[in-house]
Amino acid sequence: MKKFFEKYKHLFEKGGKYERWYPVFEMADTFLYNPLHRTKGTTHLRDGIDLKRIMITVVVALIPCTLMALYNTGLQANLAIASTGAENLEGWRHALIRAMGVGYDPHSIGADFFHGALYFLPLYIATLAVGGFWELLFSVIRKHEIGEAFLVTSLLYPLILPPTVPIWQAMVALSIGLVLGKEVFGGTGRNFINPALFARAILFFSYPAGITGDTAWVAVDGYSYATPLATQSLSGQMNVTWMDAFLGFIPGSMGETSALACLFGAAVLIYTGIGSWRIMVSSVAGLVIITGLFNVAGSDTNYMFSLTPDWHLVIGGFAFATVFMATDPVSAAYTDKGKYYYGFLIGSMTALVRVVNPAYPEGAMLAVLFANIFAPLIDYIVMRANIARRAKRYAA
Amino acid sequence: MEAYISLFIKSIFIENMALSFFLGMCTFIAVSKKVETAFGLGVAVVVVQAITVPANNLLYRFVLKEGALAWAGFPDLDLGFIGLVTYIGLIAAIVQILEMALDKYVPSLYSALGIFLPLITVNCAILGGSLFMVQRDYSFGESVVFGLGSGIGWALAIVTMAGIRDRLKYADTPRGLGGMGITFITAGIMAIAFMLFSGIKL
Repeated sequence: MKKFFEKYKHLFEKGGKYERWYPVFEMADTFLYNPLHRTKGTTHLRDGIDLKRIMITVVVALIPCTLMALYNTGLQANLAIASTGAENLEGWRHALIRAMGVGYDPHSIGADFFHGALYFLPLYIATLAVGGFWELLFSVIRKHEIGEAFLVTSLLYPLILPPTVPIWQAMVALSIGLVLGKEVFGGTGRNFINPALFARAILFFSYPAGITGDTAWVAVDGYSYATPLATQSLSGQMNVTWMDAFLGFIPGSMGETSALACLFGAAVLIYTGIGSWRIMVSSVAGLVIITGLFNVAGSDTNYMFSLTPDWHLVIGGFAFATVFMATDPVSAAYTDKGKYYYGFLIGSMTALVRVVNPAYPEGAMLAVLFANIFAPLIDYIVMRANIARRAKRYAA
Repeated sequence: MEAYISLFIKSIFIENMALSFFLGMCTFIAVSKKVETAFGLGVAVVVVQAITVPANNLLYRFVLKEGALAWAGFPDLDLGFIGLVTYIGLIAAIVQILEMALDKYVPSLYSALGIFLPLITVNCAILGGSLFMVQRDYSFGESVVFGLGSGIGWALAIVTMAGIRDRLKYADTPRGLGGMGITFITAGIMAIAFMLFSGIKL
């Protein structure tokens, strides 16, 4: 295998027959073996981590969320089928389930996984194909290396979508998100917003019917289920228990339901130093403080005011957004002090949208996008303050 | 009081002049390369907006509105049709006076604002502020709050934009999109992020 790469390497290098395709070759080679270029001489680098290792670590951190997405999507669908007693279900997924003889038993873990995979995997494969296509196209034409970040983007994106989203809509939105949110700025590391989130926002504003409302959250046609945040704001009653919301056995966007799985991801990201604990801590603090203030303020007409902070932490997409979206090292604030402000902005904006904006029941994703916009300015202010402080110190 | 606070927040975030009405785009795109200059322009817009909107409000209520000239003995007169010309004339006059006053009494501020003051005479966000004030029939108090709030909202948007463009120095954009093109895309992305607030009823 190594010999195979060595043998054909000359074809892709300068002057070779397939010079244009060098980024593709480089990706395949470094994916399997060590990078071609190593840092030489005295550098600031302290270990051998590069973009590829970072992205693989994030993928590892996402494994529990992905497993949860597979299992829970199937579980909720099977529970819905069991409760409605639906028979003669149409569609290729059900044909496949019957052909394999798996059945719809919600207590069978295998059947749940299988049913969930039939929803998650097609979406994942489609997003991976779209993500890979754009990254490949831009890197070949613009002659930069293929950034492995598209692997993470393509995994994050289906995890924040509801199971029933039409695949073509997801693909269109992801294309716009990737091209306008990342590639036109020069690819990975040069964008200023998180492309997966931007694609989600595009999807949300362009095809609201597909991914909002009550029928989007369970993968059974026409099965209506209002999300906990929606029921809370309408009636002041929670339709799930706190423990279920924490573990994630509730309907919702596929990968977002389980706060526990996100905690695991947070542990991995913090331990490896890839995700910033400053952002996570200040984001949680922002949410708790602001929702606490709303609790104290109280309201007779808006039930969301009375929802306590512990609920806010486990329901909706907040845990996922804080752990995986907010800590994206490219689009977050760069300075340490700035990270606190940035995280706090995310937490407080999430609380604000959830409680006082009736148009959107959930605001965690948009809050991160909003904070992305302000991250450069936060950095600028922090740096200015630093410079002013130092000037003062040395002037004395 | 509560109505004033909600109008203030609404004019900064929910109905942001630059990012939900896309007013003042020319200066928004052209003068957002550096945070310092963007901040200078932002301050100038806040000051001018906070003065001109209430001034135009007085003009509208006591001269131009239908029946407004009743105090001068013309109860049936409606001068609304010359509104557009009058507002821009008043804005230009105020900016001119402001410039001279600053030059005389606060030269440091005058030199800091420099070219921006005459520049924003023709800024559509300024005129837009006055026209919104007429269209929504604000009272004098409301027009003060709205002028201040919409100015701050615009300043916030341009300073944020400058921050992003500062970071985009390292971006490697395709040749056809360099400069203005990528800035327009950036403005679009910012507008989507500001849609976070759309729907909030105050």
